[in-house]
Amino acid sequence: MSSGVGSTEPPRSVGPGSAGVGAGRYAVEMRNQLVGLFGIVERNVYLTKRYFLWDLAFMVWTIANTLTIVFIARAEHLAPARENRLATTLLVGATIWAFLGIIFEFMTETVAWERWEGTIEYTFMAPLSRLVHLFGQGAFAVLYGLIRATILFFAVAAFIGIHAPQANYGAALALLALGSLSFIGVGIMTSVLPLISPEKGAQLGFVCQGVMLVVSGVYYPVSVMPEWMQWIAKISPATYVLRGDRNSIVNGAGIAWADVWPLVIIAVLATPIGLAIFRVGERYAKRHGKLKRSG
Amino acid sequence: MTTVAPSTTDLAARLDRQVPAVEVRDLRKTFRRRDRKAGRFARKRPWPALADVTFTIARGECVAILGQNGSGKSTLVRLLSTLLIDDGGEARIFGHDAFKEAATIRRLVNRVSVEASFFKKMSAAENLSYAARFYGMTPRQTRTAIPEILGEVGFPPDRRGEAMENLSRGMQQKVALARALLTSPVLLLLDEPTTGLDPRSKLEVQDFIRKVRGEHDATILLCTHDMAEAESLADRIGLLDRGRLLFLEPVEDVKRRFSVATLEEAFFAATGREFEEENGDDEYREVFA
Repeated sequence: MSSGVGSTEPPRSVGPGSAGVGAGRYAVEMRNQLVGLFGIVERNVYLTKRYFLWDLAFMVWTIANTLTIVFIARAEHLAPARENRLATTLLVGATIWAFLGIIFEFMTETVAWERWEGTIEYTFMAPLSRLVHLFGQGAFAVLYGLIRATILFFAVAAFIGIHAPQANYGAALALLALGSLSFIGVGIMTSVLPLISPEKGAQLGFVCQGVMLVVSGVYYPVSVMPEWMQWIAKISPATYVLRGDRNSIVNGAGIAWADVWPLVIIAVLATPIGLAIFRVGERYAKRHGKLKRSG
Repeated sequence: MTTVAPSTTDLAARLDRQVPAVEVRDLRKTFRRRDRKAGRFARKRPWPALADVTFTIARGECVAILGQNGSGKSTLVRLLSTLLIDDGGEARIFGHDAFKEAATIRRLVNRVSVEASFFKKMSAAENLSYAARFYGMTPRQTRTAIPEILGEVGFPPDRRGEAMENLSRGMQQKVALARALLTSPVLLLLDEPTTGLDPRSKLEVQDFIRKVRGEHDATILLCTHDMAEAESLADRIGLLDRGRLLFLEPVEDVKRRFSVATLEEAFFAATGREFEEENGDDEYREVFA
């Protein structure tokens, strides 16, 4: 039999306290964590393949939904140039909304999904650092979200006949990538909710996502909202991504520092804070027996 | 022997052979649950799932813990696999504190539970790949290791790519065993691994556990409510009743101690209840089973 149970190799009898962790062992651990991160992405690829028809259906639904928004520009009976500008503005908002929605959905469902499948305990008892686990989930969400957002943008633009010859797609993508780090951090914070309360947590995750998007100026400038909402908008990374990307695609602008520094600060703060919150949630779940699959 | 999870076997090789595989001392775990009969607004009250449990398992030993539903078997397994935080006492695995050195413990331990816990749309091979990556196994390693380990547990090679949801319960449990073994655990926690299986699958799984025991120095903690299974697989048998470990000794010693011929009679002698007898408390305790 060639299974890997146990070890037949002679032990060198070092005690538990004398592990003597050297640079080599850190390198091995780092390698193992990277393989684990790859595993999370790979699993999501497998699942995406298995649920391909659902993905296709959601893609069609998202395109249809975005069209209903972008057609508003036609209904305004504006001059062609202004209509094109309004349609592009709405399309950028809808695309970023879709992108963020995917990241939040993936992050919020990190726990909820595995609990539903029944694999949560196996994932939590594996020697994978929580940062790598959650970051792997975020990394796939960003890749998957980017593919879907790109298809959405160009499909709707082609259907409506939007022209954006001046668009600076490079700057828009770069800002989106930077914003993604912030979104993953915020997503980690929301992903803990189902761990604390399986059903209510998932519901609260959706509420957080909705609140974040409504204050971030998806289809309108933040300035049209009441002042208290504008204050909340300042701490939402989506505000800066939407403003910057809209500027890059509609006006052809480059990356503005005014959009970059808030995203950098949020990214630097959100990931460790999110991770700390997740750790507290995980301890709570382990103390109260909430990891176990229910349902 | 093919080493399939190098980082785990490297760690296993550095373990002190003189240290017991499992040392549990005065381990306690209490949950707080609302009494369903007392209504929705009733105060939660403590339900002790484990009460001052103490035992030791030597390296290479196979120990079975018997107990009814809700006796605390799964709570014990979850505590040892770092899925729960204790309320007191101590648990050490190969000398490592199960709660303070969770990262090390996770490389040494794996578990098979009563539920086949898999991504149902993914295939057996995909589910095993997913689990193996967490233990540092690359695609190149799993390409050979997964077919090999599935072959060991008697899983038909032509069904490797089939979604888990299309497999029988027995097949799923074989994949669960393969998942646990793929990561080279030195402590294998089996939590009701044959519950709900048809007789043939049950025998196959039991044979495989015997094979693992016979050919490797893996330590096995088997939690079950199947007395015949416990008797045929384990070196020593423990009885966990309402969170308390009543005894843990070789089956012949148990029978001699209570002057009985069977484990069922020993259970009755130790608790005053029939083994299959359930009561109201157990209904609540199932939450922590």
